[in-house]
Amino acid sequence: MRIGVIAIQGDVAEHVESIERALAERGETAEVVTIKHKGIVPTCDGLVFPGGESTTLGRLILREGIDEEIKQAKENGIPILGTCAGLILLAKSGDSQVEKTHQYLLGLMDIRVNRNSFGRQFESFEIELDVSVLDSPYNAIFIRAPAILEAGENVKVLASIDDKIVAAEQDNVLALAFHPELTEDMRIHQYFLDMLF
Amino acid sequence: MELEKLRHGTELIKRGFAKMQKGGVIMDVTTPEEARIAEEAGAVAVMALHAVPSDIRKEGGVARMADPQVTADIIESVTIPVMAKARIGHFVEAEILQALGSDMIDESEVLTPADESFHIDKTQFTVPFVCGARNLGEALRRINEGAAMIRTKGEAGTGDVREAVRHMKQIQGEIRTLKGMTKEELIMAARDIEAPIELVMETAEMQRLPVVNFAAGGVATPADAALMMRLGSDGVFVGSGIFKAENPALMAKAIVEAVNNYDNPEVLAEISKGIGAGMKGISVDTIPDDQVLQTRGW
Repeated sequence: MRIGVIAIQGDVAEHVESIERALAERGETAEVVTIKHKGIVPTCDGLVFPGGESTTLGRLILREGIDEEIKQAKENGIPILGTCAGLILLAKSGDSQVEKTHQYLLGLMDIRVNRNSFGRQFESFEIELDVSVLDSPYNAIFIRAPAILEAGENVKVLASIDDKIVAAEQDNVLALAFHPELTEDMRIHQYFLDMLF
Repeated sequence: MELEKLRHGTELIKRGFAKMQKGGVIMDVTTPEEARIAEEAGAVAVMALHAVPSDIRKEGGVARMADPQVTADIIESVTIPVMAKARIGHFVEAEILQALGSDMIDESEVLTPADESFHIDKTQFTVPFVCGARNLGEALRRINEGAAMIRTKGEAGTGDVREAVRHMKQIQGEIRTLKGMTKEELIMAARDIEAPIELVMETAEMQRLPVVNFAAGGVATPADAALMMRLGSDGVFVGSGIFKAENPALMAKAIVEAVNNYDNPEVLAEISKGIGAGMKGISVDTIPDDQVLQTRGW
């Protein structure tokens, strides 16, 4: 078993540590690798997109030529987790802000996203969030977070704040507007690992 | 949304913001046009200021925070985070920058200090701060005041990477010497470097700074940026190095790619070709003592 974290930019080390901690919690072993270049994605059984700047991540994924490998992994049913900037990259379409920056989107989920949906950094927040697949609220960290404005009928909504969807899944893809890798609570990572084990 | 349920400006959110910048390049810009060039090149954030450090050096006089109108225009023009510089100790400039919507404030030695004894109490702000440091004690004092991110000071506006290298190696070396120390030895070490014992213990345990640590001050080429990454930086600030280069757009894109490929000399060679000349720069040796910026801050 091999889990790859896209390591082009963002909080990669935090995701690697979280996955390792979650694996230890459930008594499983797997190799966790970082992906900066072509050729590694096809060897992975699971993929994680960290938080970071979506414009930077999108441009470098294209320049490094790993976009097609990721699309193929999705087709092959490889579980994929995207957080924050990762959620944006997984989307099929975006709002005017996304279009203005010529943001590259992988289009793996039938969702329309909005960047910086909750405002600038001084409006970033923590909240006790109800997530439908967890039995008690989850302390979710939102940092200049995006949100899902519209989701197709094949998309399962897992959490919302008012009319903004902040966690959703479709087939083998799980997308979050917040950062489970910044907290000690491993339940979201465990939910993702359930797709692998 | 039930607003009372939202917690803003927590340590987790401030330090978390800095973590999202890792592996990225933050570029100094003075106009909305420059900010858009930086965003297009793949910068993770821009730093708004009234003049790049090499021009601040030339102009002399008092260097203050940028014109709020220009900062607001830059914020309006890009979707990536916008940081801005306040003078050391000038908490009102910092409050103004927060009110404008800046995503992070750099309490910077590049500007003329407003207080000779005290830095800003950064715990009182909702937005996170980044501060410069030349050694471990300075870095931990800034973190103790609430800084969510540290950058090496280097010597800004020179295009000479030597001081950034010195400061990064100094900090990394001091962290290594803490390894394996007993508690009483750590207490002595904390006293020596004038830093809080709790932070010294945390640093010794983690074997890195407890917050994100970028390089800054003299980075002028893709090779310089890669060098700083090889030395253990989490990312790179580039000040005058981009918009004082012959072709800023090419230089900006090349430095972004160099940070992502810092450990691959073949790729770095390709990236570094045909991007025009870097900024002219000045050797740190030739700067008179009273014009050295890195000694500002305490």
